[in-house]
This record gives sequence, C-alpha cells and structure tokens, in this order.
Amino acid sequence: MNLIKKITRRSFIKRSILTILSLELVYVFFNLLKKSNDRLKPDNLFEAGKLDLFEKNRVYPFSSRRFYLSRLEDGGFLAISTKCTHLGCTVQFSNNEGKFKCPCHASAFNKYGEVLAAPATRALDIYPITIQNDTILVDTEKPVKRTKYESSQITYA
Amino acid sequence: MSNSEIEKKAITKFLIHLHPVNVNAQAIKYTRTFGLGGIAALLFVILFLTGILLRFAYVPSEIGAYASITYLQQEVLFGQLLRNTHFWSGMLLVIVSFLHLIRVIYSQSIYYERRKNWLYGLLLMFLVILSNFTGYLLPWDQLAYWAVTIMTNMMSYVPLIGEKLATIVRGGAELNEGTLLRFYNLHTGLLPLIMVFVMSIHVWLVRKSKGVTVADSSKKEMVPTNPQLVYKEIVVALALILLLTFFSIFVDAPLQSQANPLVSPNPSKSPWYFMGFQELLLHLHPIFSIFIVPLLVTAFLIYIPYMKDVHVNVGVWFHSENGKKITIWSVVYAAVFTFLLIVASEYLLKFQLWMPDLSLLITTGLLPLVLYLVPSALFLYVMKQKLNADKTELIMSIVTILLTGYIVMTVVGSLMRGQNMNLFA
Ligand code: HEM
Ligand code: FES
Repeated sequence: MNLIKKITRRSFIKRSILTILSLELVYVFFNLLKKSNDRLKPDNLFEAGKLDLFEKNRVYPFSSRRFYLSRLEDGGFLAISTKCTHLGCTVQFSNNEGKFKCPCHASAFNKYGEVLAAPATRALDIYPITIQNDTILVDTEKPVKRTKYESSQITYA
Repeated sequence: MSNSEIEKKAITKFLIHLHPVNVNAQAIKYTRTFGLGGIAALLFVILFLTGILLRFAYVPSEIGAYASITYLQQEVLFGQLLRNTHFWSGMLLVIVSFLHLIRVIYSQSIYYERRKNWLYGLLLMFLVILSNFTGYLLPWDQLAYWAVTIMTNMMSYVPLIGEKLATIVRGGAELNEGTLLRFYNLHTGLLPLIMVFVMSIHVWLVRKSKGVTVADSSKKEMVPTNPQLVYKEIVVALALILLLTFFSIFVDAPLQSQANPLVSPNPSKSPWYFMGFQELLLHLHPIFSIFIVPLLVTAFLIYIPYMKDVHVNVGVWFHSENGKKITIWSVVYAAVFTFLLIVASEYLLKFQLWMPDLSLLITTGLLPLVLYLVPSALFLYVMKQKLNADKTELIMSIVTILLTGYIVMTVVGSLMRGQNMNLFA
C-alpha cells in the first residue's frame, strides 16, 4: 500500500502528536458545550395545586411550565408536555375538540397524549407526578419519553 | 517612476499573490466561471465588515438580543441598512456558493489535481450554511426561535447519536440563553476564523492547479492579468456592491415579534435552505430523510472525482453536446417526477394506512424511497439506451436528479405550503 509506505517513523510520531492534541482540543470543546447545560435550570418540583381543584375529565393548562395536567374520568392524573414530538413546536389544547393540536404541521393528540394525526409518530412526553398531602407535584425537569400511552403512566391519589 | 506608476506596481504586486502575471485568455471569459467564486469571496468580506459593525450593537442575551436589534433598526443611523446588508449578503452567499458548486461540477472541474479542492469546496459550502444558520437565531424573534427549534429537532432523528447531538447544539433540551450564546460565539468567532483558513487553502489550491479549467487546453494564448482580468473583477465587484446596497435600501430583513417559547407560529418553517429537508421529512421516515439519504448523497458527492474508469473532458461544459442533452432531460424528469410524487404522497399514497401491520420503517421509509429510485433507475437506463450515455454522463444525470429534486422540494416547502403545512393552502 502506498499510504503505508509513505509513513516514516518521524512522520508517524509527528502525526500521532498532532492527532492526540487535536482530539484533546475537541474533547475539551465538547465538554465545554455539554457543561453549560443545566446551570439555568431550577430543580424544585412544581406545585400544581390541591387535588380537589381539578375536575374529572378535564385538561388544565400550565403554559409557563410547558405542560397540561389532564385529569381522567377515573380521577387519575397525567402531566403532558406541550412539546410536540414531531419537531418540537408548542401544542395547544382545544377544549371544543377535546384534543391537543400542533400549529406547526398539524399533528393532533388526545387527552392521553396519544397521536391522532401525523406527522408526529410518538405520544406526547409526560412528567412524573407525585402526590403529597393532597397536593400535586410535577417534576418539570424530567420529561419521560414514551412511544405510546399505557395505563401504568397514570398517577392516582 | 511617477507616483501613479508606483501605485500601479503596488497594486499589481498585491494581486500577484492571488493571480499569476499572465492568464489563459479563455479562463477570463465571464461565462467560464460566472465570477461566482470571486463573488462569494467578496460577499464574505462584506459579511465580515458589516458583522463586525453589528457586534457593536448586538447583545447576545435572552433579554438583550431582540431589544438590541430593534434599537439598531430604529435609533442607530443607517442601522437598518447595516442589518439588511448583512442579512441579504448572508442569503446571497448561500445561493452563490450553491451556484459555484454547480458550476464546477458541470464544467468538469473537479477531477485529478482539483479533487482535493472539491473537498475543500464542499467543506466551505457546509461552513457557509452553518454560518447562516447560527446567524439566523441571533435576532431572537419568533422566526428565528422556531426555525432553530425545528432544525435542532430534525437533528434528533439521527439514529443513536441524534438526541445527544441536538442537546449539544442547543446546550439543553430546549433553546435557551445558552443556545444563543454558543450560536453567537460560533457565528462571530469560530466559524469566520475557520472560514478564513479554508478559503485561503481553497484559493491557493486553485493556483496550484494552474488556474481554472478551460474549455480547450490546447489553446494557450496568454494575456496579462492586469488589466485584462483585474478590470473585469472590479466591474463585477462594483456591480455587486451597487445591487446589494440598492436591494438593502428597499427591502428590510424580516423581524417578527420577540421569541415566545409558549406560542409557535403556524406554519413554522426552518430556514429556506433547509426546507428541502423539512419537505422530505413529510414524505419519508426520519431515519431515511434526516440520516440515510443525506449521508448517501454526501458520500456520493465526495466520491465523484475519485471514481475509477471514467473518461472526463476536463473543463468542457456538460462533458459533451450529448451530455448537455442528457442533463436537460434529467432536469425535466426530476422536476416533473419529484413534484408529482410530492402531490401523490400528500393525497393518495398512504402506505402506513393500507398496511398498518408493517413497520413504519418499511411503509413510510423503504417503500417511498423505492418509489423514487425505481423510476429514476429506469430513466437512467433509457438515457443509456436511447442517448448512449457513458459513465460520466450518467453520473452527471444522477447529480442533476439529486440537485433538481432538492430544489423542487425547497420550492414546494417554502412557497407552496401554508397553514398547517398544507399543500396549496
Ligand atoms: C464573518 C464574520 C461575521 C460576523 C462578525 C457576523 C456577525 C453577525 C452578528 C453580530 C449578527 C447579529 C445581528 C443581526 O441579527 O442582524 C449576525 C446575524 C446574521 N448573520 Fe452574520 N456575521 C458574520 C458572517 C456571516 C456569514 C458568513 C453569514 C452567512 C453565510 C452570516 C449570516 C447571518 C444571518 C443570516 C444573520 C441574521 C441576520 C438578521 O436576522 O438580521 N453572517 N451576524
Ligand atoms: S412540530 Fe408539531 S406537527 Fe410538526
């Protein structure tokens, strides 16, 4: 092979040093990019309110926290992310039609976050819910990805 | 020596570093290069200068960015003009780079000693798009915010590393101030710096291959660079600056309301040069449209000048008269067929509904792809049989189909889709 013949000991050492140095630089750079991540995030649980504030079979917006709290017929809760699983636009719940609609490319989701209309293929993300002293706490820092809705995702009091 | 003579000497000396003393008479005919490389270089200089000025007004923070742009436009003398000039030069640079790329392919100027420069050229195209994309976010208005949101989410469809990649680009799960800061630093620091290096290598490699290709290398008539070429360059440069300035006086760069993460505009689109991808994404499974297809196309573009057993007529437009005919047919075929397939896949072809049991990878990925590839292969076969296309001409035909297809998708995506991304809405 031509390529192998061309490499002498000297050039091999030279190239190795250069390669290692560049890799080091790239590594440091990517770490720099990774780190600045979480510095801006508050890490407390969000208090959505008391249990009996929420009627069954209704969906409540928490726009500034980017989720909707969906209370189902049987009293269970789902905290559904407003981030469309297609390309990340913000979905809005239409009370008339009883579904989430994405303004960007018209994906639609039902109150469980299941896909009703493409192009989205995945159900909307959910946030973990804990209930303490009849108060609903939503962990808005940890969106949970899911491909489809399952009843195990519901939180009960 | 008189003063003006010394002056002339100094200018000549400087230009000699970029140009040889004499050039082939054919090389400086305008239709040889259309001056595209030079125009791109000039646009870069204009962007550099206007960009440096913009930096004095611009504040890269979530609260400051939008306000600094409106301040620039309303309070600063010629601020709006400055922003417009930077904006339109940036857009024009994308177009001009693309045309330049097309020029060098079709004039067969990417082979042998120019192979390496083809690769540097592709790298520059990538850097230009990256520069434009990172700049696009900076005004922090609705257009910018959602275009970049969409684009970074497109990235996350790349298998395995996509999610990580998108997070690294954004610096988090959502666009935030950190994203703005890193885009700002890439846009006004790292990318221009890298581009200066790569552009220097690019130009140096042109000189190393003894200038641009000429149609007939047996004709060796040489003319002095100064004034023959230099005057042409000056005319083109002045014309460009004039047109750009007039355009920027009359047409403002877009600025929507301040970015609001809670409300997405309808429809939301990525920057126009990525609309081809966004369109493809509507018809093809993400793994194919965001990953496999771009990867294959890039690999193909890199591989073209390294292909074995091809006979090329370096410097001859479209390889031959026959090649010209084939190219025209390929444009017609790809334009019509791509458009028809887009319309068909919008209204008729719903493989995933007809065959709900099959994996989406097959119904929305493989099947539509085959639906594009089979007729295209058939088209190439017809070209080979009817027009006696040789290997070079077939490669040119494939390139043409790819480029035309992308352009059609870009036009459909940016101009023909309205509310909810519906066609003709
Ligand atoms: C070379 C040095 C450059 C510097 C220092 C620079 C600097 C800047 C600054 C400070 C802004 C923010 C102000 C604004 O949004 O109007 C900006 C925006 C922008 N830049 Fe650059 N830039 C450079 C090169 C480029 C290049 C090469 C391109 C494209 C190929 C480009 C395309 C853009 C675009 C599209 C915007 C958004 C413009 C707008 O919405 O007004 N820039 N640039
Ligand atoms: S981002 Fe919601 S449909 Fe595209």
